[in-house]
Amino acid sequence: MLVLAVVAIVFFALPFAGLLWRAPWRDAWSIVRSSDVRDALRLSIVCSLWSTGLSVLFGVPLACLLARVHFFGRAAVRALCTLSMVLPPVVGGVALFFALGRRGLVGQWLDRWFDIRLPFTMAGVVIAQTFVAMPFLVITVESALRQLDPRFEDAARTLGASRWYTFRRVTLPAIRPALIAGAVLAWARALGEFGATITFAGNFPRTTQTLPLVTYLKLESNPPEAIITSLAMMAVSFLVLVALRERWLGGITASASA
Amino acid sequence: MTLLFGLFGLFALAAAACGDDSSPTATSSNSNGGEITVLAAASLTDAFRELGVAFQTANPATKVTFSFGASSTLVTQINQGAPADVFASADLANMDKLTGAGGAGAAGTPIAFATNKLQIIVGKGNPRGMAGPADLAKPGVVYVTAAPAVPIGKYAQQVLDKAKVVVTPKSLEADVRAVVNKVTLGEADAGIVYATDVKAAGDKAAGVTIPDDVNVLATYPIAVIKATKNAPAANAFIAYVTSAPGQAILATFGFAKP
Repeated sequence: MLVLAVVAIVFFALPFAGLLWRAPWRDAWSIVRSSDVRDALRLSIVCSLWSTGLSVLFGVPLACLLARVHFFGRAAVRALCTLSMVLPPVVGGVALFFALGRRGLVGQWLDRWFDIRLPFTMAGVVIAQTFVAMPFLVITVESALRQLDPRFEDAARTLGASRWYTFRRVTLPAIRPALIAGAVLAWARALGEFGATITFAGNFPRTTQTLPLVTYLKLESNPPEAIITSLAMMAVSFLVLVALRERWLGGITASASA
Repeated sequence: MTLLFGLFGLFALAAAACGDDSSPTATSSNSNGGEITVLAAASLTDAFRELGVAFQTANPATKVTFSFGASSTLVTQINQGAPADVFASADLANMDKLTGAGGAGAAGTPIAFATNKLQIIVGKGNPRGMAGPADLAKPGVVYVTAAPAVPIGKYAQQVLDKAKVVVTPKSLEADVRAVVNKVTLGEADAGIVYATDVKAAGDKAAGVTIPDDVNVLATYPIAVIKATKNAPAANAFIAYVTSAPGQAILATFGFAKP
């Protein structure tokens, strides 16, 4: 059993070791500071934070709806809202095209009435990322809400608290670890998003070229730079996961074992 | 936790089982020498598919598998050890990456087998009324091209330079077919692609001629990859491409002789 576990650890560690082994350490700093990598890094961070914010804003109410309200077709709605999580991201990108593109189902009216065009814009990147990332938040928060004893909220309501007050002071603190975990998962997914972004939003420095895109393109033109950008993404994700696990996610394991 | 270990165990078993299965098939495909893999530039997609069918009719014992993509992507894959037998590039620069230092190497000298001219691809019926390269810089025109490492991205920039047109693309796509798709989907207004791509797009797009004095002639080289396990069949395929019937097929798709 232990041997298999070690095999699994090696399986996860090996690709990173490969990257570290091939990394051009001497040029690392100049590559990170080069304008296209820096632009991509900035764009990646800005867009992934936007999509995390949007995922929380829309995902938490959606999770509440799915967890608390019994309605006809709830299973189908839940499947629909988490479909993009299992779908190949490229398929998601193509679907977004036909929905929000300049000739798309909704996109053609956005273009005609409001002069809004999403492909080839930063907003397009945020939408593509949100599309694939939000389900991670929704399922995490939904499962936390399901495990939450509804009697706490009922007690608050019988004591005269309003729905909003109960949500804010009882529900939200109770699901906080799950909310943070879900947001982090969504953020990590958004940061690494490639397929839907390049399909729907295109690829251009400073507007839609995120770090994964620049990595993919550099692999052809300048492999050492691709290795450094990969390592940069890895380092950021790794640090965040470690930090969160230590500082905030402890709550999850505590409440699960209680 | 036990469940987790169990899952890893299953994966390990499955992987081991697959490993055992693959070895006999690998030897059997080598024994009769009947299979080759051809990696070809995206612009060759339709022509090579038909050429492959004709080649297999002439050589029923040989099976040809194609993979199409940006020449820059394909040569990176080959140099990283992708199992392939023949490489057909849309420019000499990417062929040089195969034959040059650090490349996987070619068996013999690459042969030029076709040429192609460039055209501006626009939507069906030319809705923007484009007349030449200068119109790409008109305000409001959404122009897309490919990344600089991709042959068409480099050729398109050469045309713009010769025509002294300065235009900022909205996106740098992965290969020429992605540029074509952005235009046929209506997301972009124009792109510079091969004349053969405009032809292949049929009634979904229209072409605008680029004058000869600013046009670029793309030369397509083809070579057997040094690491091939099936040199006879690989050589036979190249011989067919350069033969009269092969050239006739290429001509029907709009390619010219070198």
